[in-house]
Amino acid sequence: MRTVYVDNNATTRTAPEVLEAMLPFFCDLYGNPSSMHFFGGQVEQCLRKARSQVAELLGAGPDEIVFTSCGTESDNAAVFGTLETAPHKRHIVTTRVEHPAVRNVARHLSKKGYRLTELPVDGSGALDIRQLDHAVTQDTALVSIMWANNETGVMFPVEEIADMLRDRDVIFHTDAVQAVGKIPIDLSRQKGIHLLSLSGHKLHAPKGVGVLYIRKGTPLAPFVIGGHQEHGRRGGTENVPYIVGLGKAAELAGQRLGDENTRVRGIRDHLEQGLLAAVPNTLVNGKGQPRLPNTTNLSFEYVEGESILLHLSNLGICASSGSACTSGSLEPSHVLRAMGVPFTAAHGSIRFSLSGYNTREEMDYILEHLPRIIEKLRAISPFWNSAVRSSAGGVQ
Amino acid sequence: MWEYTDKVKKYFENPVNVGEIEHPDGVGEVGSLACGDALKLTFKLDAEGRIADARFQTFGCASAIASSSALTEMIKGMTLEEASRITNQDIADFLGGLPREKMHCSVMGMEALQAAIAHYRGDQKTREEEGNVICKCFGVTDREIERVVRQNRLSTREEVTNYTKAGGGCESCHDAIQAIIDRILAEEGTQPSKERKAGTKVRRLTNIQKMKMIEETLEREVKPALQHDGGDIELIDLEGNRVMVALRGACSACAASEVTLKGYVESKLREFVSEDLVVEEVRE
Repeated sequence: MRTVYVDNNATTRTAPEVLEAMLPFFCDLYGNPSSMHFFGGQVEQCLRKARSQVAELLGAGPDEIVFTSCGTESDNAAVFGTLETAPHKRHIVTTRVEHPAVRNVARHLSKKGYRLTELPVDGSGALDIRQLDHAVTQDTALVSIMWANNETGVMFPVEEIADMLRDRDVIFHTDAVQAVGKIPIDLSRQKGIHLLSLSGHKLHAPKGVGVLYIRKGTPLAPFVIGGHQEHGRRGGTENVPYIVGLGKAAELAGQRLGDENTRVRGIRDHLEQGLLAAVPNTLVNGKGQPRLPNTTNLSFEYVEGESILLHLSNLGICASSGSACTSGSLEPSHVLRAMGVPFTAAHGSIRFSLSGYNTREEMDYILEHLPRIIEKLRAISPFWNSAVRSSAGGVQ
Repeated sequence: MWEYTDKVKKYFENPVNVGEIEHPDGVGEVGSLACGDALKLTFKLDAEGRIADARFQTFGCASAIASSSALTEMIKGMTLEEASRITNQDIADFLGGLPREKMHCSVMGMEALQAAIAHYRGDQKTREEEGNVICKCFGVTDREIERVVRQNRLSTREEVTNYTKAGGGCESCHDAIQAIIDRILAEEGTQPSKERKAGTKVRRLTNIQKMKMIEETLEREVKPALQHDGGDIELIDLEGNRVMVALRGACSACAASEVTLKGYVESKLREFVSEDLVVEEVRE
C-alpha cells in the first residue's frame, strides 16, 4: 500500500541529507565538545557550525541559540525562566489557542498564584491585538503568543505584537514551532521578540532536539542546572548528532523557503479548492486569515473525524483531526472550540499539513478518494439525512 | 491510534443494516451532535413479535458505527423481551471487545435499543424517571450513571467517563459522579477497584457507610491473618477518620502490635475504604 503522508505539523520525515550529516557523530566523531583534546575540539567546531546554521535561519546571533530536547522544553524554559527572573510580577498573558506546551504550563501556574489572561480569538482564528494592549499591565511578566497555529495554520501578527510591546516592561515569547522553516523569519529586524521556541522534527530534523532563542540581554534563569554548557543555561553534554542534524535541517529550510511558499502552497490550494468543490457542506477553518502555506484544516459537516481518518488510513493517507474521538478526550480541539466552530463542523475537522516532499499527484489521490468517504459516512449519519431534508433541496 | 479488533474494523468499514425503516414499530434516538456521537435505531416486528428488521444511522467514530451495526445484527430474530436484556457489555463482547475509552459507544447502542423498545411499548418516561442531569456537557443523568455503574461494576470516576462520557468535558461534575459511585459501592458492599490511584482521592462517605466498609474489610482482609496467629481485632469506634480498634488474643500482648496496626491494618483500610484513615488502638 502506498503512503501519502500529509501530517507534517505532527512530525516530518528526517531529510536524508540531515541523516547523512548526523551519522559520523555516532561512531567516529563521538568526542565530548567540552574536552580539551583535539578529538573533542573537532566536535566543538561542528557544534559551533550548527549553531550558526540555526542562527542564520532566524536572523539571530549564534550566542542567542540554546539547544534543547524539544519544542515543549523550549516553551517550558521560556515561561519558567522568565517568571523566575521577575518574582515580583504575577501576571501571564497568552491565548486560548496556544499549544499545550504553553497553555498547560500557564494554567498550571494559574493554580500556583499567578494571574492568567488567555486572549480569545474570533471565528476565523484571529486575535484582537487591542485586547492584548489592554491586558498587559505593570504586573505582567510574560506575554506568550504562538507565531502560527498547529491545527489551523493561522498566523498571528507576531511582529506587530512585538512592536506594540516594545515600550512595555514585559518579556515577549513566541512559540514558533510551526512557523520556522515554513515562513521567513528575521529576528535581526524585529527586536521586540525576546524568546522564540522551535522544534527540530517539524523541519526535517529528527525528534529529540529543539531550540530556545534568547535575545541578547534578555533575563532568563537557567533551566537545567549543571555544567557550563549552553552558557550555563542548560547544563548537560550536548546532544551532538541531533544538534548537527538540526543545523543541517535549518540550512536546508533556508534554501527551500521559497519552495514552501510557492510550490507547497500551490498544491495545498489545489487540495483545498478541490475538496471544497467536490464535497458540499465543507468549511475551511481559519478562512480569510494569513495561514501557513502548508496547512489546511477542513470541516466536513455532519460526519465525525475519526471515522474519516480511519478510512483515509486504510488507503495509506495520513492526516489528523480535531475531533474528540481522536484526541482521547471527549471534546473537540480547544482551538476549534475557541474559534466557536459549531459542533456540526468541529467533530468533522481534518487537518492536512504538507511538506516539500508532497506532490500534486498525491493531492489528486486524496481528491479521488476523500469525497466518496465523506459521502459514505454521511449516508450513515442521521444528521446529514435530516439536514438534507430540512434544507429542502438546498443541500445537494 | 486506537486498537480496534478485526470485528470492529469489519463492521466499521462495511456496516450492515444502515438506514431507516419506513413506518417502524420502534424508534430510539440517543446522543447529539454536540456530544460527538448519536444513534437512531429503528426496528420492525414480525407477526410473532420478533424483530424482523433493524436499521441504524450513526454519527460518530469507528467504534460507534461498529457498535450500532453489530447491535442491529444481534437483535434480529429476538423477541422484545430478549432484546431488552441486551447490555452494553454484550455489544462489546460481540465485537471482540472495545478500547476502554470507547465503551460509551456500546452504552449508546444499549440506550438506543431501550429507547426504541420503550417507544414501541408506548412508555413515556417522566422527567423524574429520567433523573437529574449530572453532567451538563454531555447531558448525562444520575439514573444513567447509576445503571451503567451497576451493570458494569464500575468503581472509579474515570471508568464512568469512559462508559458514559459524563465528566469528560468541563469536569465540574466529578464530585457528583464520585458521590454516586460511592453510594452504589456502599449499597452493594463492593470494593473499589485497585486501579484507584493511591493518595489521589479521599472518598466521601457517611460515617455509617465508612463503618460498614471498615467492618467488612476487617472481616475479609485482616481477621483471617490475625486469627491464624492466634489473635483478633475488633472495631470499637470511628471518629472522623480515626478508626479505634482493640486487639484481642495473642495480638493484645504482642510487642509488634503497633507494627501490625500501622503497617497492616491501616494500609488495608486505606486501600479498601479511604485514603485518610488513621488506626488507633484502644486499650481496655
